[in-house]
Amino acid sequence: MGVGINVEHLNAWYGTTHTLQDINLNIPANHATALIGPSGCGKSTFVRCLNRMHETNPIARASGVVKMGDIDIYKDASPVTIRRRVGMVFQRPNPFPTMSIYDNVASGLKLNGFRNKAILDETVERSLKASALWEEVKDDLKKKSGASLSGGQQQRMCIARALAVDPEVLLMDEPASALDPVSTSKIEDLIFQLKSQYTIVIVTHNMQQAARVAENTGFFLNGKMVEFDSTDRIFTNPKDKRTEDYITGRFG
Amino acid sequence: MSTNAFHTPPPNGEGEMRAPMDFQSRRMRLNSAWRYAVNHAVTGLAVLSTLLVVAPLVAILVYLVYMGASSLNVAFFTHIPAPVGEPGGGMANSILGSGIVLVLASLLGIPVGIAAGVYLAEFGRGKLLAAAIRFTADVLNGVPSIVMGIAIYSMLVFPEDFHLWFLYPFRHLLAPLMALNIPPALQIPMTFSVDATGVWLHVGGHFSAFAGGVALAIMMVPTITRTTEEMLATVPHAIREAALGLGVPKWRTVMSVSLKTASPGIITGCMLAFARVAGETAPLLFTAFGNQFWSFRLNEPIAALPLQIYIYAMSPYDEWHRLAWAGSLVLIVMIMVAVTLVRIYASRGILKGAS
Repeated sequence: MGVGINVEHLNAWYGTTHTLQDINLNIPANHATALIGPSGCGKSTFVRCLNRMHETNPIARASGVVKMGDIDIYKDASPVTIRRRVGMVFQRPNPFPTMSIYDNVASGLKLNGFRNKAILDETVERSLKASALWEEVKDDLKKKSGASLSGGQQQRMCIARALAVDPEVLLMDEPASALDPVSTSKIEDLIFQLKSQYTIVIVTHNMQQAARVAENTGFFLNGKMVEFDSTDRIFTNPKDKRTEDYITGRFG
Repeated sequence: MSTNAFHTPPPNGEGEMRAPMDFQSRRMRLNSAWRYAVNHAVTGLAVLSTLLVVAPLVAILVYLVYMGASSLNVAFFTHIPAPVGEPGGGMANSILGSGIVLVLASLLGIPVGIAAGVYLAEFGRGKLLAAAIRFTADVLNGVPSIVMGIAIYSMLVFPEDFHLWFLYPFRHLLAPLMALNIPPALQIPMTFSVDATGVWLHVGGHFSAFAGGVALAIMMVPTITRTTEEMLATVPHAIREAALGLGVPKWRTVMSVSLKTASPGIITGCMLAFARVAGETAPLLFTAFGNQFWSFRLNEPIAALPLQIYIYAMSPYDEWHRLAWAGSLVLIVMIMVAVTLVRIYASRGILKGAS
């Protein structure tokens, strides 16, 4: 089951650039939350702060409180344990090229030392079914490399890989931006199904996509969160003039 | 409003459409004939260059077979060199000796080289220490092999005793280590002894296979380090992020994802380094020294193919000259077989569609 995320006074820097400025946000459990905004506004940095991927960049740093349930991810846990509970799907599909489809999906467990074959088999099947890829790949799970799939299949495999470690939160950084419309709609369907079990945070440039999959939407601009509300209200009756300008296409 | 890029007038054309290209015009036909000619000329140059590169290799091989194959017989692979004046004899001890020295060099050089490359690529980005190591590796790569031989001679062959006074408090802990019964084949020219003043380290005193292996290992390291670093740099960052994002610790990511993805290139680098030192003579002259008899111990002078070839080729006897040719042929074939075997082994288990 998913868990809610509480962000208080989150700041992030790359070198001397203040990328995120005092973000306060409540992401409800088992809902999809979309983050929109022009390029470079800090949405990606924000989601990378939610699983401490931000700090893998040597010049990056962050301050503030991010609470997942009742643990403060920057104080009470190591980055590694946090990342096992918060899955991430990246903008471009990034399968492990040396691994088979099976090994790709099982990688989160295998690379963390999990070896029980029966449970691995079961997890791989369940994850691939959850990401709607099982029927397409079940015959050459161990024969084909993960990199031999099409872009859309690769991305669904990456989602399966993230689901296989049984996270509570799923972060998606523009998961469909490198995909064709058919693959995109498959990913959107998938998000729609997954959000009953996981808390999903999705960064997107596509406002229709935000409107289709998310209950809540946040609008980022220049490192600040301008507005956060239900998706309906953001797209029909935003409070802030800048949000309105952005969603009506006047800038960005 | 149509703003299709193909219909947009060029900015400097006063809003006029450019005239459509006439593919039948004389100019276009000349143009395409010219491009055709250039294309073939450049392709031809590339093929010619390839031939120029491959030709010497083929020529050497053919000449070696021509000069050496007639001296190859069973005795060559089973006998040790015959005394001067006696016909026959072989290089069996040199083949084994080269094998021992090269295995030792690989065991020492490959792990160190790869580990240093991993440090440079994965942990040392932008650090001063990494820049220093990179510089050192490049300089080491340029050190003449004879200098390497002399350096290792002074370190591991020339007899020296070091007084390790700082180990004095631990001398009782060292006693059981010194009592260990190391099999004679694996003993190396480094021994400890304890007296009232502390612990002594005795190094060298004689030529040894160990010193030869160390000299070759040091020559292998810079090549392996730099190729490992470069190959790791070609691994997309996105793949590392994928692993880190799954909660895989950094060391695990490096071992199982970065290194594994870069492994074909790293293996190529190791084989290059191996092939390069397999034929080295100079660093062995002062270290392994050579041996006309069988030797199976790391602690004794040992024969090696390049050394034996050197001795035979410098001799005034025709019989020995023929053996030198045969030895050269065997050395090159051994290197080719070793490289091919590793390549076959390394390419096994690659999946369909893996890039």
